[in-house]
Amino acid sequence: MRKHSVKSAAIVGASLLVLAACGSNKDEGSGSNGGSCDTSKGTLTVGVVAPLSGNLSALGVGIKQSAELAVDEANKKCTVKGYKLTVSAQDDEANPAKGAQAATKLSTDPNVVGVVGTLNSSVAQTVQPILRDKKIPQVSPANTNPSLTRGNDFLTAPKRQFDNYFRVCTTDDLQGPYAANYLVEKAGKKKIAIITDGKTYGEGLAAELSKQVAKKGGQIVGSEKVGEKDTDFSGVISKIKALSPDAVYYGGEYPVAGPLSKQMASAGLNVPLMGGDGIFDGKYIELGGKEGDLATSVGAPTESLATAKAFVDAYKAKFGKEDYAAYGAFSYDAANAIIGALAATVDGAAWDESKRDAMLQNVGKYSGSGATGEVKFDQYGDSTNKVLTVYQVTSAKWKDVQTGTFTG
Amino acid sequence: MSVLLQQLANGVVQGALIALIALGYTMVYGIIQLINFAHGEVFMVASYGGLATFTLLPDDLKKSAAVALPLMFVGGILVAVVVAVIMERFAYRPLRNAPRLAPLITALGVSVFLQEAVRVFYPNAKSNLPYPKVFPEGNLTIGSINVSWTGVMLVVLSVGLAVILQTYVNRSRMGRAMRATAQDPDTAKLMGVNPNRVIVLTFIFGAVLAGVAGIMYGGYLNNINIDMGFQTGIFAFTAAVLGGVGSIRGAVIGAFIIGLIKTVAGQYMPGGTQYDYVWIFVVLILVLVFRPQGLFGEPERVRA
Repeated sequence: MRKHSVKSAAIVGASLLVLAACGSNKDEGSGSNGGSCDTSKGTLTVGVVAPLSGNLSALGVGIKQSAELAVDEANKKCTVKGYKLTVSAQDDEANPAKGAQAATKLSTDPNVVGVVGTLNSSVAQTVQPILRDKKIPQVSPANTNPSLTRGNDFLTAPKRQFDNYFRVCTTDDLQGPYAANYLVEKAGKKKIAIITDGKTYGEGLAAELSKQVAKKGGQIVGSEKVGEKDTDFSGVISKIKALSPDAVYYGGEYPVAGPLSKQMASAGLNVPLMGGDGIFDGKYIELGGKEGDLATSVGAPTESLATAKAFVDAYKAKFGKEDYAAYGAFSYDAANAIIGALAATVDGAAWDESKRDAMLQNVGKYSGSGATGEVKFDQYGDSTNKVLTVYQVTSAKWKDVQTGTFTG
Repeated sequence: MSVLLQQLANGVVQGALIALIALGYTMVYGIIQLINFAHGEVFMVASYGGLATFTLLPDDLKKSAAVALPLMFVGGILVAVVVAVIMERFAYRPLRNAPRLAPLITALGVSVFLQEAVRVFYPNAKSNLPYPKVFPEGNLTIGSINVSWTGVMLVVLSVGLAVILQTYVNRSRMGRAMRATAQDPDTAKLMGVNPNRVIVLTFIFGAVLAGVAGIMYGGYLNNINIDMGFQTGIFAFTAAVLGGVGSIRGAVIGAFIIGLIKTVAGQYMPGGTQYDYVWIFVVLILVLVFRPQGLFGEPERVRA
């Protein structure tokens, strides 16, 4: 008995030593360029606000993990001199009120240098002002509502809304019309019925699509709303079916869109459902999305982009799965924009809150080549990358059918 | 015309689902004057219980719908009954003689507890879960009207079970004990009725019906989530109040009225489907203004 415990104590001791050695090794050797990173000045935090639980968590977790990947790589490369970076991920449950709490929590931490997020445009509306008051840059990987950057008159009188807000994805005033062009011209669907969930994102997207459909000679035959918590859509579907549309456009996200598509088919309304980036996720198909359904999403397909390959490989190596979801590559780029701007801001000196103004300017000036292509912001904080892709459900998978930019 | 008929058919199916749950509300209220707000959660738990049963089946049984589906019903109902009995024993029975508000608040607490328990402990329950495809596929088509076979099954089960329940309560010995307890628990006790047995049995009946509803909901809509109990429960509660809480017939008729108002108002009233819930509550308010006890309810008795 006694012998045993001595032995095990020895083993424990030895392994502790090994662990300690590994630990220190890692610290010194983690800079892959040879030299060790100097982290003497402490730790700075990149915040993430995204839905980590709830129906949209597949997208939110992709955002969080991709930001973590970017931060990890920056730590290895000693991108920010003198500092170690960490990620503080806050769950907004896709709920504007929860998003405000998350933003408040992050904004009270002097070490938070920037925030990646949010997923939902409606959540962004409450997060933006909280972060602006503290001059914390917010870079969204996924908000596509145009009014977030350019105000409600984004087409006629664009005006910058928040000088701390940037996004790396394109906007619905391009996404909606791009979808409309595809539906009316390529797919030959002239009679479109619209269903929305009444939220900022879905409403805006559907409104932009409607305008362009009319311009291209198509017709909006009806427009309906469903509640976010609704599950039985038979009433809406019967109403739309009577209008005999060629296609249904859904402004909203996949937790509703998937079952809706399935119920359309079982009610005998056999037309494709099309949606925006909010339904572009594998979960959509799992929840009932059917063959031939369409979605637009921001950027080029991640797998096809040469610049994305490094991201996909690194993501797989770190997390073992390819669950970066629709916005992973964007989130990675958003985090890198914050890190890049931070490196330029700190530049060997010490971080303190007086540097926040310079930090904001540096994010605005940031330019880099990311997983989604070129990452740069225009005078409103929008991405200069306006690429969009149409996907179609083919053999129970999203397959890209057309990539391009909206040209009118 | 065909649109109206289709919407009526949709409304009947929605009403059938609500009716199964409304019966649980109304029976429990009839016996112990408690609005059991956790009853919607019993329905939700049953749905997850059925899904868990299916997940645990060996692979060759999963393929055979004739075996898997009944087993899912058994599993789901069993879970619902166990939850309801535990709930009655530990949350409501200790408060039997407390002021009415206490068990009501407890019911809300139990509701939140069950929802969060499923969210935390059921794998992947944080998002919608697809339901297994062991239900009859396809539609019943009459003229231009389509109703899925699961919808037909839902209506048949709902009406059938309601009739059986009504007959049982009116004809059987135990049913008489139930009615006696509802009318006057003290006198019923003097006549040799064991009130605890009656109350537990009432909860069990409610749970069985909610269990059937939970499984059929999954089959009819293909997806389940932890909010389903709250959403559907509110409608079921409204149906029970509309029909006259305490009345079995009232709950069923109230449920069908709600289903029909929802679909027909969504089709024809201004605002469309966006405002279909509004009309349900407009009707509820109108009924309660002119008939506060509900359509089939009895005026509140004042107990000595």
